[in-house]
Amino acid sequence: MKSWIAFWNILKKDMRTYYLKPPNISWGIIFPVAWTLMLFVKSGGSVNIISLLPGVMCLSILFGTTSMLAVTITFERRNRSFERLLIAPVDLNLLIFAKTSGAILFGIVNAFFPVVMALFLTPLFDIAWFPVLADVFLISATSTFMGLFIAVSVSEVFEAQTFSNFFRFPMIFLCGLFIPIQDLPGFLKPLSYILPLTYGADILKSLISRDGHMGIAASFLILLVFCLVLFWFSMRNVKRKWIV
Amino acid sequence: MNIVEVNDLVKRYDSFTAVDGVTFHLTEGEIFGLLGPNGAGKTTTINMLTGLARITSGSASVAGLTYPGGLKKAQRLIGIVPDESNLYEELDGFENLCFCAALYGISRKERETKARELLEQFNLTEAGERPFKAYSKGMKRKLTIAAGIIHDPRILFLDEPTTGIDVSSARQIRALIQELHRQGKTILLTTHYIEEAERLCQRIAFLVQGKIVRLGTLPDLMEEVQQGNVVQFTLSKATPDLAEKIFGAFPEIQTETINTNTIRFFSATPINIAPLTRFFDELGLSIFEAKRIHPSLEDVFVKVTKVVLNQMKQEKGGGKG
Repeated sequence: MKSWIAFWNILKKDMRTYYLKPPNISWGIIFPVAWTLMLFVKSGGSVNIISLLPGVMCLSILFGTTSMLAVTITFERRNRSFERLLIAPVDLNLLIFAKTSGAILFGIVNAFFPVVMALFLTPLFDIAWFPVLADVFLISATSTFMGLFIAVSVSEVFEAQTFSNFFRFPMIFLCGLFIPIQDLPGFLKPLSYILPLTYGADILKSLISRDGHMGIAASFLILLVFCLVLFWFSMRNVKRKWIV
Repeated sequence: MNIVEVNDLVKRYDSFTAVDGVTFHLTEGEIFGLLGPNGAGKTTTINMLTGLARITSGSASVAGLTYPGGLKKAQRLIGIVPDESNLYEELDGFENLCFCAALYGISRKERETKARELLEQFNLTEAGERPFKAYSKGMKRKLTIAAGIIHDPRILFLDEPTTGIDVSSARQIRALIQELHRQGKTILLTTHYIEEAERLCQRIAFLVQGKIVRLGTLPDLMEEVQQGNVVQFTLSKATPDLAEKIFGAFPEIQTETINTNTIRFFSATPINIAPLTRFFDELGLSIFEAKRIHPSLEDVFVKVTKVVLNQMKQEKGGGKG
């Protein structure tokens, strides 16, 4: 019970201090609008909202979670307030779970901004929203744990931003959202299959625009494995690098 | 009863040994001082005891809870005030205290009551709604101490609590430490201000280059520099041949000229100052002051550690007084 009081208050503080700040909320709105407009202009005005939705959702999650967690944790470590958490009688796994939960929730909310916007333009009634929510959760979690991996690897806030882009930009082009994997050069294809976003994006494509290529169940399983492995790997690094 | 036990504690960072076989204990209710220059290993020792650094070798236990297995339980009994205030800049004073209490699983009602009490106790009630980033250094340090004790710990680790703050705030903090001591808290205080350690601590350890070079109560440590009897005279002026003249008149007394008008007399037996005053009178010298000199902890520290004191004092500003 005592640990959960700590968990809830860490999550609440992070949401209030970082994620629910006006610049971040506006980011959540502006980012999907900007991507939609860009693709709208590119397609010469004949854009299909349904086919755009999986991509915009994925990118909203990816950009929101990875940078937010990496930056906030690096910021707290720089000003030493993160030590407050490490000296508290809270299990390290629960502590990291609390810190990442804020980013995961932020990712989920970001993902549904484009959905709400799309609702004004097209009907979205025949979509199985529960699996979509589960997929959005897993994409959010994997992206967050990537953010955690970045946070453990850097010591400055600007490094966190730069290092995030090192992962994010290749992922956008290799995950099959904008360039189908089968159209990628042969040497790049294996890279696509080691990216968690490839599986998350394919599930969304299967559920929303019905043009996914991989089995939904298998993709869910692979995404879950990515999630667990990234969490385990990040925790291992946290223990090694933050408590020296 | 020993509430903290540290045995042969070692901390290595690759080939650098920050703490080298440190052994000490804290008795329940005492203020124990770790005194040493920057880089002596004081903060690293505290970090190992609070869970911020891993122990390379040796053992540590708090209230019978042996590390590393008992660390999480021990953390409930420990309050920590780090050398730099590490509260959340974006939260106000009240929110910071409530958040720190929540980390120890304290219920909402209880933590809000406790936070208000502490803000009042630390004269921060008016500042309670101001963001932490708007606080002065002294206020920040006071709120950090309040955050360290909000869960009512049995043991408090204070890492350089008065470093870098103004004289008035430093005095207030020392008074707070004494008040916490009166409340029965066991306190481990690290400092490089010798006067602070002398004023606050029952027992003191000198830590230099990761090693404890001396440990004891203040009277124990003072024994190191007992020089028999020392009397200091401040005269109208001390002529260059004065020491020679004194030696001629009082061969059993050793002298040391401190400056142009101050001279010290050393003797194994008590010094009778009447013949000395007559002697100076005959030489036509006025005596402005005559006082007995007692050795200070500073004398002990310099003798034992060979650390250059001025250098140590200049390492970090503020705090004295």
